[in-house]
Amino acid sequence: MKYIVAIIQPGKLDAVHDALLEIGVTGLTTSEVKGYGRQKGKSEMYRGAEYVVNFIPKVKIEIAVPSKIAAKVVAAIKSCAGTDKIGDGKIFTLELADAMRIRTGETGADAL
Amino acid sequence: MLKSYYKYALPAVAASLIASPAFAQEVPEHGVFILNSLLFLMAGFLVMFMACGFCMLEAGLVRSKNTTMQLTKNISLFSIAAVGYYVIGYNLMYPLGTWTIDGVFSGVIGVAVMEAVGVTAEAADDISYATTGSDYFFQLMFCAATASIVSGALAERIKLWPFLLFTLILTAVIYPLQASWKWGGGFLDAMGFLDFAGSTVVHSVGGWAALAGAIILGPRIGKYKDGKVVAMPGANLPIATLGVFILWLGWFGFNGGSQLAMGTVGDVADVSRIFANTNAAAAGGAIAALILTQLVYGKVDLTMVLNGALAGLVSITAEPLTPTLGVATLIGAVGGLIVVFTVPLLDKFKIDDVVGAIPVHLIAGIWGTLAVPLTNSDANFGTQIISILIVGAFTFVASGIVWYVIKAAVGIRVTEADEIDGLDKSELGMESYPEFSK
Repeated sequence: MKYIVAIIQPGKLDAVHDALLEIGVTGLTTSEVKGYGRQKGKSEMYRGAEYVVNFIPKVKIEIAVPSKIAAKVVAAIKSCAGTDKIGDGKIFTLELADAMRIRTGETGADAL
Repeated sequence: MLKSYYKYALPAVAASLIASPAFAQEVPEHGVFILNSLLFLMAGFLVMFMACGFCMLEAGLVRSKNTTMQLTKNISLFSIAAVGYYVIGYNLMYPLGTWTIDGVFSGVIGVAVMEAVGVTAEAADDISYATTGSDYFFQLMFCAATASIVSGALAERIKLWPFLLFTLILTAVIYPLQASWKWGGGFLDAMGFLDFAGSTVVHSVGGWAALAGAIILGPRIGKYKDGKVVAMPGANLPIATLGVFILWLGWFGFNGGSQLAMGTVGDVADVSRIFANTNAAAAGGAIAALILTQLVYGKVDLTMVLNGALAGLVSITAEPLTPTLGVATLIGAVGGLIVVFTVPLLDKFKIDDVVGAIPVHLIAGIWGTLAVPLTNSDANFGTQIISILIVGAFTFVASGIVWYVIKAAVGIRVTEADEIDGLDKSELGMESYPEFSK
């Protein structure tokens, strides 16, 4: 099993969600987060003074998937969340040791 | 808004009008008295709502950690103004010819008194003018507006009680005393100074008091760092925008009511002109700021557009009657330009004005007062300038002394830790949005 964490532009969540449903991802968790990568925030003007927004709003998606579809999931996120501009985000893939469905106590891939 | 003139001049005018048949067709007996009072009551509740406008504007432009405090200050200062103006202010401002020092200091010291319940025409204080109750109510709202101006400039770092103590002194003494020089029939009025609804008497006075306070109080922590200005964006721009629309609405009462009469065709036509000109000037100020921020900064700055509309309103307040709609728009537009240029200018001097009260009310107030002779041949630049300087020097020095005394006695600034935590938590223990996670 793999645990995929993607940081994407907030406006891309719906497109990513639709693509993941098609692949057969059975569940995902999102959260509103703030952060920066190589672009190091951006500067704005307020009442004549420049200020830097260090932490830009993003959406974080977390998905646990069977190993065999992990590559397809990553590819789908890449194609749906990309704009070819800086600030599109990143995808991290982690090894997932185990999982449990709390209601039934099932474990492993059966719990996904 | 020169009440005393009407007090002296109107009995004769009214007597001559009553004798003419044309007058009888216009309004019934005591119609002028009733209509004038009605104007004061309607205009008065519009100006009252400006307190809400100031409150929303300030609540929107402070950071969320200081919102409860800003709301608390606004409702408190409005209430304290009602006490200060009642106890001393009203009679200090309107001596009705009884002076201790002629034209400078009222000879009437004491609480405001209204007419008796169910007063008859014969027993009314001034049947040629309006009820004392409506006049008091209307004038109190102006006094409270002056105090509202101060709170925005000093937001996010001043202690609650010292601020409210200053408000009491401002509304009971400083504002009414200088207002008596013009609207109470004092020496500035005798000189020929013209300030219809108070670009100088109300707005610049609030601005001067705020400037003295902002200098003595110092900027917010982190506002000026390594020679650079650090922006501290306001928490809630919808609320700030609502506040400006409310102020814009209230201003029709502020300027329109200052005609002080609505009992003749001429007066009601003038009130109508004033409403339309007031709106034109606000629009001019907003458009000027809209275009100028686009040109200067590359993007429109909503907070500057909001300030621009208010600066347009302040600019037209000294003479909302005589300009044409076109000239009123231009007078307001200059006010809008002034704001966009003076907000960064104050930052250069490290004077931290959170909501732009000083550019809007002081600088645009001075401009509006100087603009009177452009459309009103009864005014002249020399008298306008001298009056601006006299009112400015008095208010700045008097406010400065009061701020210094309060600072020395009890301190005016919260501790550094409290300021960083936010005044909502540290001073009040009550957050505006307790269910929002940080």
